[in-house]
Amino acid sequence: MIPSTVPPKYKVFVDPERCMLCERCTTECSWGVYRRQGNKILTYPNRCGACLRCASLCPRDAITVTLNQSCGREHPVWTPEVKQDVVTQAKSGCILLSGMGNAKEYPIYFDKIVLDACQVTNPSIDPLREPMELRTYVGKKPEKLEFDYVEEEIDGKKVKKAKLKTKIAPNLKLDTPIMIGHMSYGALSLNSHKAMAKAVKECGTFMGTGEGGLHRDLYGYSDNIITQVASGRFGVNSEYLNKGAAIEIKIGQGAKPGIGGHLPGEKVSAEVSMTRMIPQGSDAISPAPHHDIYSIEDLAQLIRSLKEATRWKMPVFVKISAVHNVSAIANGIATSDADAVVIDGFKGGTGAAPKVFRDNVGIPIEVAIAAVDDRLREQGNRHKISIIASGGIRNSADVFKSIALGADAVYIGTAAMVAMGCTVCGRCYTGQCAWGIATQKPELVKRLEVDDAARRVANLIHAWTHEIQELLGAAGINSIESLRGNRDRLRGVGLSEIELNTLGIKQAGM
Amino acid sequence: MCGIIGFMSRTGRLISGDRIATALNCLKERGNGEGSGYVGYGIYPDYKDDYAIHVFLDATKDYDKIRHEVEEVLVKYGYILKDEEIPTEEGIIKKEQVSWRFFYRFDEKYKSVEEDMMVDIVMDINAKIDGAFVFSSGKNMGVFKAAAWPLEVAEYFKIDQYKGFQWLSHARYPTNTKGWWGGAHPFNLLGWSVVHNGEITSYGANKRYVESFGYKCKLLTDTEVVAYLFDLLIRKHKIPVEYAMSALAPRFWDEIESMSKEDKKIHEAIRMTYGGATMNGPFGIVVGTQEGMAFMNGEVEEGNTMVGLTDRIKLRPLVAAEKDDLLFVSSEESAIRKICPELDRVWMPDAGRMVIAKLEKKI
Ligand code: SF4
Ligand code: SF4
Repeated sequence: MIPSTVPPKYKVFVDPERCMLCERCTTECSWGVYRRQGNKILTYPNRCGACLRCASLCPRDAITVTLNQSCGREHPVWTPEVKQDVVTQAKSGCILLSGMGNAKEYPIYFDKIVLDACQVTNPSIDPLREPMELRTYVGKKPEKLEFDYVEEEIDGKKVKKAKLKTKIAPNLKLDTPIMIGHMSYGALSLNSHKAMAKAVKECGTFMGTGEGGLHRDLYGYSDNIITQVASGRFGVNSEYLNKGAAIEIKIGQGAKPGIGGHLPGEKVSAEVSMTRMIPQGSDAISPAPHHDIYSIEDLAQLIRSLKEATRWKMPVFVKISAVHNVSAIANGIATSDADAVVIDGFKGGTGAAPKVFRDNVGIPIEVAIAAVDDRLREQGNRHKISIIASGGIRNSADVFKSIALGADAVYIGTAAMVAMGCTVCGRCYTGQCAWGIATQKPELVKRLEVDDAARRVANLIHAWTHEIQELLGAAGINSIESLRGNRDRLRGVGLSEIELNTLGIKQAGM
Repeated sequence: MCGIIGFMSRTGRLISGDRIATALNCLKERGNGEGSGYVGYGIYPDYKDDYAIHVFLDATKDYDKIRHEVEEVLVKYGYILKDEEIPTEEGIIKKEQVSWRFFYRFDEKYKSVEEDMMVDIVMDINAKIDGAFVFSSGKNMGVFKAAAWPLEVAEYFKIDQYKGFQWLSHARYPTNTKGWWGGAHPFNLLGWSVVHNGEITSYGANKRYVESFGYKCKLLTDTEVVAYLFDLLIRKHKIPVEYAMSALAPRFWDEIESMSKEDKKIHEAIRMTYGGATMNGPFGIVVGTQEGMAFMNGEVEEGNTMVGLTDRIKLRPLVAAEKDDLLFVSSEESAIRKICPELDRVWMPDAGRMVIAKLEKKI
């Protein structure tokens, strides 16, 4: 083995004054950082990823995990992380893997956008007294309604009555514009999936299966499930497709645009292998392209065959990652029979991605939403398709801003995981998640208590929903459709003119 | 703020414009002197089948040149039967705009699409000709407006010399944009004239919605978008008027849930399809129309109509009243009583519900 030439990233300290040698840390840490030796707890900090399970659960608060910055010359270019990556690759000769979202300091446009509020002449609305309507329909809408007129006899008099002639395509009905995006069973544990399914059912919204098929234990939640069809086609069969309320074709993912998916073999347990229909212990690779899609026509064909397989009862979404020509692609998708386009920004999380992709490929979701909404409207296609924004939605303000920029609804991913206990340590790809979230190891999976995790996720969605209602009330708006694309309620702070124009918003003070 | 008063005679009696000016003056303190305006229907009987196009031309030394550019657009598609400066009383207000009117007839070959063409012409002139704004484009009707107090505008445009069967008026207190002549109400497109009290907090959404149908919002005011929404829903999409009103101020989901199956389907479809047309924020709007309108019975009726509508939670006042053949809508009862002290019936329309008055016979 080639020895490492850089010191560990984190420092793990067990305070001997506080430690009572209960050995909990040795069992809680799935990475093997702790070992008892005589009357001491020894630590192996080079294994630590700062998931903080140990520090959270130590009954004596004896553990501190800190960044190990004490050694080495500081250098603005050759930062510890850069050096660590070079050393790791020099040792392995492999692509660097990582988990979670883009970890570089790109501007977060959400934080440079402020919201508008009402004052005297346009009174704000009190959400406690007045209805605040967040109900959202995701799917195709007609451009206009058409009516037929029929003669009816009322009290002996013939009157003409308008009857709706237009048939509305199947839509998903959401009580709140927040859904949970696709994180596969395999990447995540069954308990995580069960918790999220319970939560979305309670909140009147939906969760995605990811590309991992649907475990039978989740069949009872099919009214709140969106099944996914990715390039690997794992777990896809007619039963699976008909066990959801909508289908999503995954073309791209924000955390790794342009490449397929990779589930390391360590995470392919017996159950995962059954659900995904792949051999146990084998890496599950979804290829970068769908080998039957090389044009919008091909995409349209797949959409129609999926609709055929589900008797045209379900909307079909197409998920793409945010890239510079996203608006043209989305417009093409709008003309392909798809019912919604999911745009995943480069802050989106992932179980496993090459680090170089996670940190360098793709564009921010904020500008992508603005560009897509603009283009769809210019082309008269906005009604043909809903826009779902995802990738770095951190709070209710991000949801509000996404909708004002033009989205119909959002997907959250990392936020739901954080609600369940994830500390964003970024080592999901190892399958060792100490919190039982991104792992298949039974002893770790059972650490995630389903009802408790479901409660937290549902609480999060409820809390954000309340906050959105408050924000709407402050903006003098009582139904979410009046927020959609209402960029007039947003202002930019600290953005250049070209950034403001791309986002389609005015500078604060104007 | 902002004051609205309008009335119509269901029998089509012609009433002198000084009545509306007297009534509007009663709402003077609802405005701030930065915008007042009137619209009269039935005022141009000599040209009743032709378009009366009112245009603001920037009152600079170039105004002749700007007018020429407008003429060039018009003569491409039809004939200017007569044009003149709208008669004004000098010395009342500073003339920031020259108000010009064209009586205009389309070439015969455009007859079947003339309304669409008129909309395009208005959008074109407003977007492309610097210094020209079409502020009225219907038949046998006309808008008169300026940045001044109600009586000043009435005197300036000699409103008392016009007779109409329907008048709407507005005293403005601009809160979002600066007061300017084009920003005063009524806003008009074809036969639709809109006066509005309030602020439309959904403006950004509504604007982007109508713009995706080719309308160009150039007048910097939320009321403009309302005029375009009416044109889009009722004239272009031919939505029955009650349902069009429901698109603008939709029924709450709770109400929809308790409707009969068929009504539920319709109202759900309206909200899904016309979410971009939903108006939010405090508003009381009154819309005058001249052209035929699609009604519940499905036939396009020739008839003049006045519509009043408030927001869904009644953040703005709107009061209606009747006396014989007259129907009034106003933001305050006092304005109505000023010109008609004895009324048969006075009522407050319910939140989000419209009041529709129809003319008994075609004028
Ligand atoms: S969990 Fe805390 S108290 Fe227990 S052995 Fe580890 S450090 Fe000591
Ligand atoms: S899911 Fe687990 S491994 Fe992944 S980032 Fe969160 S805590 Fe770390």
